[in-house]
Amino acid sequence: MLPFVLRRLASGVVLVFVISVIAYALLYLGGGDIARRILGQNATEEVVAEKASALGLDQPLFTQYFDWLTSAFGGDLGRSWFTGQLVAVSVSSRLAVSLSLVIGATLIAAIVAVVLGVLAARRGGWIDNVVQFVSIIGFAIPGFLIALVLVLVFAINLGLFKATGYVPFASSPSGWIASVTLPIIALSLGATATVAQQVRGSVLDALSRDYVRTLRSRGLSTNRVVYKHVLRNAGGPALAVLAVQFVGLLGGAVIVEQIFALPGIGQLAVQATGAGDIPVVMGVVIATAIIVVIVNLLIDLAQAALNPKVRLS
Amino acid sequence: MTTAITPPNTIPTPTGRTSLLRRVIRRPLGTISLAFLLVVAVIAVIGPLIAPYDPNLASLQLVLAPPSAEHPLGADSGGRDVLSRLLAATQISIAAALVALVTALLIGVIAGLIAGYYRGWFDNVASWFTALVMALPGIVVLLAARAVVGPSVWAAMLIFGILLAPAYFRLVYAAVSAVRSELYVDAARVSGLSDLRIISRHILSVVRAPIIIQSAIVAGIAIAIQSGLEFLGLGDMSVPTWGSMLNDGFINIYKAPLLMMWPSLAIALTSIALTLLANVMRDALERTVQVRRRRRRAVATATGSIAAVTTSIGTVTGGIGIGIDAEAEPTIRHADDERAAARAGETILDVRDLRIGYGQDDGGTLEVVHGVSLDIRRGEVHGLIGESGSGKTQTAFAVLGLLPRGGRITGGSIDYEGVRLDTLGEREYTAIRGRRIGYIPQEPMSNLDPSFTIGSQLVEPLRVGLGLSKKDATEKTLALLERVGIPDPKRTFAAYPHEVSGGMAQRVLIAGAVSTDPDLIIADEPTTALDVTVQAEVLDLLRDLQAERQMALLLVTHNFGVVADLCDRVSVMQHGLIVEHGPVRAIFGRAEHPYTRSLLGAILDEGPARAPLGGAAIEKAEIQDADVAKADAVKGGAR
Repeated sequence: MLPFVLRRLASGVVLVFVISVIAYALLYLGGGDIARRILGQNATEEVVAEKASALGLDQPLFTQYFDWLTSAFGGDLGRSWFTGQLVAVSVSSRLAVSLSLVIGATLIAAIVAVVLGVLAARRGGWIDNVVQFVSIIGFAIPGFLIALVLVLVFAINLGLFKATGYVPFASSPSGWIASVTLPIIALSLGATATVAQQVRGSVLDALSRDYVRTLRSRGLSTNRVVYKHVLRNAGGPALAVLAVQFVGLLGGAVIVEQIFALPGIGQLAVQATGAGDIPVVMGVVIATAIIVVIVNLLIDLAQAALNPKVRLS
Repeated sequence: MTTAITPPNTIPTPTGRTSLLRRVIRRPLGTISLAFLLVVAVIAVIGPLIAPYDPNLASLQLVLAPPSAEHPLGADSGGRDVLSRLLAATQISIAAALVALVTALLIGVIAGLIAGYYRGWFDNVASWFTALVMALPGIVVLLAARAVVGPSVWAAMLIFGILLAPAYFRLVYAAVSAVRSELYVDAARVSGLSDLRIISRHILSVVRAPIIIQSAIVAGIAIAIQSGLEFLGLGDMSVPTWGSMLNDGFINIYKAPLLMMWPSLAIALTSIALTLLANVMRDALERTVQVRRRRRRAVATATGSIAAVTTSIGTVTGGIGIGIDAEAEPTIRHADDERAAARAGETILDVRDLRIGYGQDDGGTLEVVHGVSLDIRRGEVHGLIGESGSGKTQTAFAVLGLLPRGGRITGGSIDYEGVRLDTLGEREYTAIRGRRIGYIPQEPMSNLDPSFTIGSQLVEPLRVGLGLSKKDATEKTLALLERVGIPDPKRTFAAYPHEVSGGMAQRVLIAGAVSTDPDLIIADEPTTALDVTVQAEVLDLLRDLQAERQMALLLVTHNFGVVADLCDRVSVMQHGLIVEHGPVRAIFGRAEHPYTRSLLGAILDEGPARAPLGGAAIEKAEIQDADVAKADAVKGGAR
């Protein structure tokens, strides 16, 4: 088990490293005359040169990257060019908002998808047709459109939830719930649809397996066989899809945060992108990659817990 | 008999774009989606030409104007005509999505072909790239790219196309890897076709349909992400797109909520149409694959005497199965001899005129068992013999109440120890299965749950069904594992199914079947999947257990050697009917039905698992002489 974890961890570290190299090279090479962009067209050549050397931009790219990497290991991702804030601080302070959205949406998607998928696979008939059709629509409509409709209906017309703004959990748990409910629903619908389809398919597949018949022949009830044996075997493929969905949800959060004016990492990314604040963009990219690697590792561990063959390989 | 064999190459292979298109149009959802997309495509081409105004013409008087005669959809925050902008935006949004689609298609398909066909380092690089792309949400990459290249729809979509390429890559790669090892590709290579021709002729034809389906999905994703990016206000605001119109609408959501509706509808409806189209296409393809597989299976079994089965089985009747027994000949019955009479105790299982049917898509029922009668006495071994497709396994499953999905009993009755099983509720049946009827399956490996240890699978029924404590159930299981001849019960108890051999797995399944002390065990070809040497041992074990516990055993098999070895009485099944029935000696010595005789003839080639009963061998040889032609026919097909 331990070698398995270490191997997955090592490949995750390599992945983050490669992403950092590529992102750094593209961001810092592609940006053109960065110092000039920061200072504007009216700045004199000397001031621009001074600024460039202050930011370390006059160094060769490799040296710049090496400096960035060594301080990144110490938890320092540099400072924003425009606000002067520490990137690590602004990224981590916003991470809680984004993660509460994405983790909430993932959990809801997982639970609802299992219920719907098992129901559709076992009952068949019209329930299956309804679940299938809703899944297709949920998959097809982009999440941000769903978010817009939710804002329009529940926040503006009915006034049930706050349309915008974020209340930290620590200051008011009920306020927090009110501020994240709509975003989480908007985010989770698409993922729910996709995972439900997968659960339905793999439950159907597991139900048709010979061992299901054999277990039932020994006097185990169908419910018991489904909830203990079928779900465990169907869990692997469903988890794999959930992992992909998690990455999609991180992306979806970028837009949803904008719609609900939530101070998450997506909002930070949009602001930094619009302004051309490269260190912040770089910080967002690395933070996202690390989260994805960690989540994939967790999913791998869950897979190993479910499936003895994964554990041994 | 060999004339019944249809060569596989005469099966029509319904692939190709025209037939796919036709099949899609036949479904209402397919027609609607396709028609809608066609309208969108037409607007994308001629939209700017039919727009009543210049989409960028701003007018201060018209800021957020409501719909009017001159401006049917009103005007936006810049006082620009919404209808004109919508028409112009369609062109740019669709074109941008196409940029992403074509980029992804070109990179993904070409890389997939190369990696799948030539393998090597390119393969590794491509899978690394895929892992890299999967590690970041697309929109984060696009945001980073936007910070560098600035607000260009086209650049963003080009980059997004690269990010989407793995969707095609994996598809093509998997298909190429599968096709590459097919014999016909080898044959093509040997006969000197160039790689390029093989790829275009044999490989692209396989992946074409999946690529079309994938494209519909990818186009939907591209439209969604592009409008999302524009919606964030990160696009080029001078160019009208659905996303930038949405952005304008969102900013004015309180003042003019209608503004948001038009681009939302355009995005949502186009995405839904694309997804529905992809689904309809997939359904259409899967249907044909299923039909083709079914036909192929029919061809595989349609050899020798079995050829008739597929045609006779296909008695589709409307509603409840109406039998074919009107024409069917009556079962030939032989009287009990001493050996059978010795077991002529009480009948514990009494199957009368059992009919089994499968519901079809068109609402009819396909009957596969046409009125089977069978009785099993306490403590006897009863053989149910017949070739694949004769309905013997279906009969066994019906007794267990475990017919596959779609199957049901359409007539007759099953009586087991005074209980009518055919009308029993699921809860009552659960109480009977295991405790009173046991089941030994054919294929050992697939009948063990791969995710649980062998021990836990054996302990579970003892605890749930018999209410034993964990300790007692474990002890009993360990003792049983030892009894069925497993050398190290403790180790096997803790092992997962993939860690034991097939023979061991079959012993485990036998232990599972007898663990709850049933009066009747149904063994469905218990030795077919095993090595010949293991077969004999497993049969020995079954015989010993049966004698020791005085269980009745219904042995489903196609092997007369096994029957001769174990059974007291035999029922011979063909085409869903019992054609001959009697004590094992009578069947071996005085078989009357031509089918029984042909089966007997066949075992000389197949070889019994063990030496058959004393007299049977000689009698068998006589039959063989008398019926050489028939035996040859079976020989040709039974395997």
